[in-house]
Amino acid sequence: MSLGAIVLGAALGYASIIFKVEGDPLVDKINAILPQTQCGQCGFPGCKPYAQAISKGEAEINQCPPGGEEGIRKLADLLGREFQPLSEEHGVEKPKSVAFVDESTCIGCTLCLQACPVDAIVGAAKQMHTIVSSLCTGCELCVAPCPVNCISMQPIQENVDTWKWPYPRFIFAQAGVNAERRAV
Amino acid sequence: MLQQLFRFHGGVKPPYHKEGAVTQPIAEAPLSAEYVIPLQQSIGRPPEPIVKPGEKVLRGQIIGSGLNAPAIHASTSGTVKAVEMRRIPHTSGLAALCVVIEPDGEDKWFERIPFDYRNASIDKARAFLREAGIVGLGGAVFPSHQKLNTGKSGKLDHLVINGAECEPFITCDDVLMRERGETMIRGIAILRELVRAENVLIGIEDNKPEAIAATQAAIDKLSALGENTAGMRVVAVPTRYPAGGAKQLIRVLTGIEVPHGKRSTSYGVQCFNVGTALAIYDAVALGQPLISRIITVAGNVERPGNFEARFGAPMRDLVALAGPRPDSNRIVMGGPMMGVSMPGDEVPVVKATNCILVGSPKLFPPPPPEMPCIRCGACAFACPSDLQPYEMYWFARARNFGKAQEYHLFDCIECGACAYVCPSHIPLVDYYRFAKTEIWAHERDNAAAERARARYELRTQREEREKAEKVARLAAKTAAAHEQALVAAAEQAPAEPPIIDHVPPEPEIEAMRLKIREMAKTTPPEEE
Repeated sequence: MSLGAIVLGAALGYASIIFKVEGDPLVDKINAILPQTQCGQCGFPGCKPYAQAISKGEAEINQCPPGGEEGIRKLADLLGREFQPLSEEHGVEKPKSVAFVDESTCIGCTLCLQACPVDAIVGAAKQMHTIVSSLCTGCELCVAPCPVNCISMQPIQENVDTWKWPYPRFIFAQAGVNAERRAV
Repeated sequence: MLQQLFRFHGGVKPPYHKEGAVTQPIAEAPLSAEYVIPLQQSIGRPPEPIVKPGEKVLRGQIIGSGLNAPAIHASTSGTVKAVEMRRIPHTSGLAALCVVIEPDGEDKWFERIPFDYRNASIDKARAFLREAGIVGLGGAVFPSHQKLNTGKSGKLDHLVINGAECEPFITCDDVLMRERGETMIRGIAILRELVRAENVLIGIEDNKPEAIAATQAAIDKLSALGENTAGMRVVAVPTRYPAGGAKQLIRVLTGIEVPHGKRSTSYGVQCFNVGTALAIYDAVALGQPLISRIITVAGNVERPGNFEARFGAPMRDLVALAGPRPDSNRIVMGGPMMGVSMPGDEVPVVKATNCILVGSPKLFPPPPPEMPCIRCGACAFACPSDLQPYEMYWFARARNFGKAQEYHLFDCIECGACAYVCPSHIPLVDYYRFAKTEIWAHERDNAAAERARARYELRTQREEREKAEKVARLAAKTAAAHEQALVAAAEQAPAEPPIIDHVPPEPEIEAMRLKIREMAKTTPPEEE
């Protein structure tokens, strides 16, 4: 019996070393749902810190405006929590936008470069800056630091590649149903 | 010789409606007042415009070129009026970048250089077809140069030429085979050498006896002239929609069922449309790039017919040639089964336009109201792709896209057979198109989020490293200062005890040095 206990204990100990899970898998799952805008509207310095806070129970699941209602629903599903509407103090859901630098006004101060959480702005001191719009997450963190107010948020325009078929109109044949009833 | 034929699953038999247009010979459409040529006419990244407003262009000159995209050419000679956003033939009614050409009426060709395909490598041939702008003219406009791979064995067993033309109203391939059979067969011969195919099977639905006879006569004539037509066979296939789907026709002619996610070349088969074969002849033998095609104009018109039309011409010009009836209210690009509604009649004709169908409330009455699905399974019996349309409908309607994909939504060819047989008049294909575009949007969002996450993590790491380096630099500086002070104190008063009262003991300094060295070593190298 004790021999068995020792063998099994050794096996378990060995397994815990071999199959050690790096990091917290729950944090990664939560982080995968978050939109990775890195905007900090949730009150944490990025999506991952917010994910860590949720997994520790330090934050609610309704603090992410870019994720919107859909994101809250997915988090509620994952964590088995109740759905709750987006918390107003953290912001409102907005149409997806990207930042745009008015290049004639830009003075090249590099403040927006330091603010961008995903390094989507290129430029150097006293050189014009510009935003790589395909990398911009629309977090708006660069808007406030700009001393000359040359950064504006522009909603993303739909094009032929991103256009989505509308949801088909769903009309039950009321008239038909009534006619059948009459026939009966 | 008798050819054993196979059956594909499902299919429907809608009325043909092909009678009117085939009685007329192919007519050349006159020059339009303006050509609006969209740059994106096939899948992939759109080509970049390489002309500027005000520039003179010649017929067949390249005006748009991209890395792997088939080139776009000027349809006629004239002046580039603008390179701007114009409405394109897309259901959304959205605009895309187009080159607008004002014809000068001379219609002068750019230099036409035939291609010596026999003495060229396959890569050269691919590049040539891409430069000539050749795409599949059956309607899916897949770049032809990307189809020139011959699989692992370096050759194909069967080259399938698609002349089935199964969709009602459309007759452009029918008249092409009747009138231009010889040129088409020459094109097929070139294509066959390019893909090194042993047999060529030309599949034509048996409701087109004239096309079958004309194609056979063309083969006989060319073989009498001593051209290589060995192994070319015309095969009449049973008329059943959608026999003209590539996978369906391959199945009928060869019995090979290309499975989910596989390419037909892995099974030694490749399929091209008859119009593509003709375009390949024009490009290879005559040096003429793809700037026009045969288009059926049918539906609610007085004189339905087939027209050789240049790309970029407004659809209304072609419709006018066929004499639309006064009650016409809409234009559909393609046939009644797979066609899509056009946002207006000014949109240009493109490479994908095989048919312009003019509709009226009488010809295409609004669909009866949608009724609940009764799970009768009629759609599953009709599906030529062996799918379960009612399940996919159910999940698409509930926006449960993951489940819809599990039921192989992306194997759906949107042929419309399921919606055609549905007793509840459910617009099934609309639900699938909705689900597909939603899934693509999700995939784009996920890819963008993944990119943002990676970049954010890199940035965080970099910031941490910079902080550590700063600390290390500072520590090194302080340590050096202490050492100097110690040395100075020792020199000044060797017998006296040190003046500085808070000098750390020697082992502590040594430890600090070690730590700094360690830090310098473990600092990750620059990522970017």
